[in-house]
Amino acid sequence: MNKAELVLRVAERANVTQKVAKVIVDTIFEGMRDSLAKGERIEIRGFGSFVVKNYEGYRGRNPKTGALVDVSGKRLPFFKVGKELKERVNS
Amino acid sequence: MTKVDIISTVYEKVGFSKKEAMRVVETIFDIMKETLERGEKIKISGFGNFVVRKKRNRRGRNPQTGGDIEISARKIMTFKPSQVLKNELNR
Repeated sequence: MNKAELVLRVAERANVTQKVAKVIVDTIFEGMRDSLAKGERIEIRGFGSFVVKNYEGYRGRNPKTGALVDVSGKRLPFFKVGKELKERVNS
Repeated sequence: MTKVDIISTVYEKVGFSKKEAMRVVETIFDIMKETLERGEKIKISGFGNFVVRKKRNRRGRNPQTGGDIEISARKIMTFKPSQVLKNELNR
């Protein structure tokens, strides 16, 4: 299922126009993206939570040439599946 | 950020009542959970993919006792962040 299909199903089930459903779906994922960009944690009960992990930079080696390379630090989002969803997926 | 914050954002953006906004937001997460429960993946462009993966049964160890145990086959859900989201976290 992609975002367009999600919008269609939301419009049908919640009885709103596709336009409104799209605005709401976009608002949710943009909001979540902005929140993670600020380093915030997101918790959606029954679904799961997102956290941002910080990785320090380090000096590594190119395994092929052996040359030293600086690997810069980065931030990555992680999702932890909520209890309800975890059980439903595995049922 | 929690579901309450998401509902507030939607409420401000769409001009629905809080109750209406809540109903639509709940519908979105319900549909996503049902989709994943069926083993279907969800692709949200600009955010990431929610994927259900099947794990075969395998031998493992109880880290506390060192005893050999059988880990049963199961289905798990993983989230793969999109490049857009990753870039957003590292600007």
